Amino acid sequence: MISRRDFLKNTAKAVAGISIPVAALEILSPARVQAIKADSSVRWAFLVDTYKCVGCGFCVKACKLENEIPYDANATRTWVERYVLTKDGKLYADTPKGARDGFISTKVDLGMGNFQDIKKEDIKKAFFVPKLCNQCDNPPCVQVCPVGATYQAPDGVVLVDRTWCIGCGYCIMACPYGVRFFHPKYHTAEKCNFCYHRISKGLKTACVQACPFGARQIGNIKDPNDPVAKTITTERVGILKSEYGTKPQVFYIGLDEEVR
Amino acid sequence: MKNHVFRPLWAVIGLIVLVLLIRFFYVPKDFGVHERGYMYGWYRKSNIEDWTKVTVKYQGKEYCTACHPDKIESIDRTPHAIIQCENCHGPALEHPSEPPKLAIDRSRDQCLRCHAKLAYPSSGRAQIRGIDPDKHNPDVECVMCHNPHKPSLEGMK
Repeated sequence: MISRRDFLKNTAKAVAGISIPVAALEILSPARVQAIKADSSVRWAFLVDTYKCVGCGFCVKACKLENEIPYDANATRTWVERYVLTKDGKLYADTPKGARDGFISTKVDLGMGNFQDIKKEDIKKAFFVPKLCNQCDNPPCVQVCPVGATYQAPDGVVLVDRTWCIGCGYCIMACPYGVRFFHPKYHTAEKCNFCYHRISKGLKTACVQACPFGARQIGNIKDPNDPVAKTITTERVGILKSEYGTKPQVFYIGLDEEVR
Repeated sequence: MKNHVFRPLWAVIGLIVLVLLIRFFYVPKDFGVHERGYMYGWYRKSNIEDWTKVTVKYQGKEYCTACHPDKIESIDRTPHAIIQCENCHGPALEHPSEPPKLAIDRSRDQCLRCHAKLAYPSSGRAQIRGIDPDKHNPDVECVMCHNPHKPSLEGMK
């Protein structure tokens, strides 16, 4: 039988022991979570005009150098896709090296070292589509991160905490747009972050600056006087894979059905 | 009750306390739920600042104008005015202090990025004057005949 003295002693010990973990745990009440959801006056958005893109790939080159993505590694934060639809109804699409060196040939890369030369008279329509992270309003990559290493900053940009990422790769699988990859040097999840170090200093992103034709633009969608925000809110623009409900914040002018 | 019942219980409680203590000291103080709530805003706040500290490499045309106004002035009278200096000259970084000299890309492939003729309707590429790289003096560098700072055919060297 346990004596009253022992029972009280043990109870005191147990309570003391449990109170330490309670102090270490952060208990999240929904009300508190709601209260700290501050409204930011900046929401970065991107506008791509596919009519203006010529497939020079200067954006990809600038991005890789600006963001220190190993130049010859087959990984890039942004890339340009070429779509060629022929009159016999076939679709050819390629992005050799992510278009780091541009499109300098009429031969479309079919993969496995095969190329298809398409004659001018066989083309029904052909165009270039720059791709980058959509900085979704509902980013699935953030939802799946088990450790809180990727998150949405108050201005809408989805960032990766390299010191916190465990390299599980869930986010890479979760992104419907395939914009995520492992950084060849840091071995952590990597993605376009709208050149966060540049936009936070009032500069344009490296790809926007490098584009000679104004095919890429960045702006603050919450500023009614911003030319990019004006275009997005008043012109006909499209988004990629709207069926996923991710609410992408990269908008396209001249988006074709064939673009995925 | 006997001691042998409590002993494993103490061991388990001790382990839990230890893990939570390590967690308490290991997890940064600014790690937690922020603006966008638990689903999208569970992170280490100071990481935002870490990202803003990344070095800017591409300085833009205005930066070049400060020391090379003559070059800018002459290229601005040509169709190549729309091209950033750093697209060919490489990122300026802290130039002229570091690097003192930039590595210029004078390769044929650099010119072909725009000037390899691709007759793609509904793309701006179709409007650019272009050549067939396999037929127009293959194996010769473009800069042998053309001056990228004076690209019009009248301005040929």
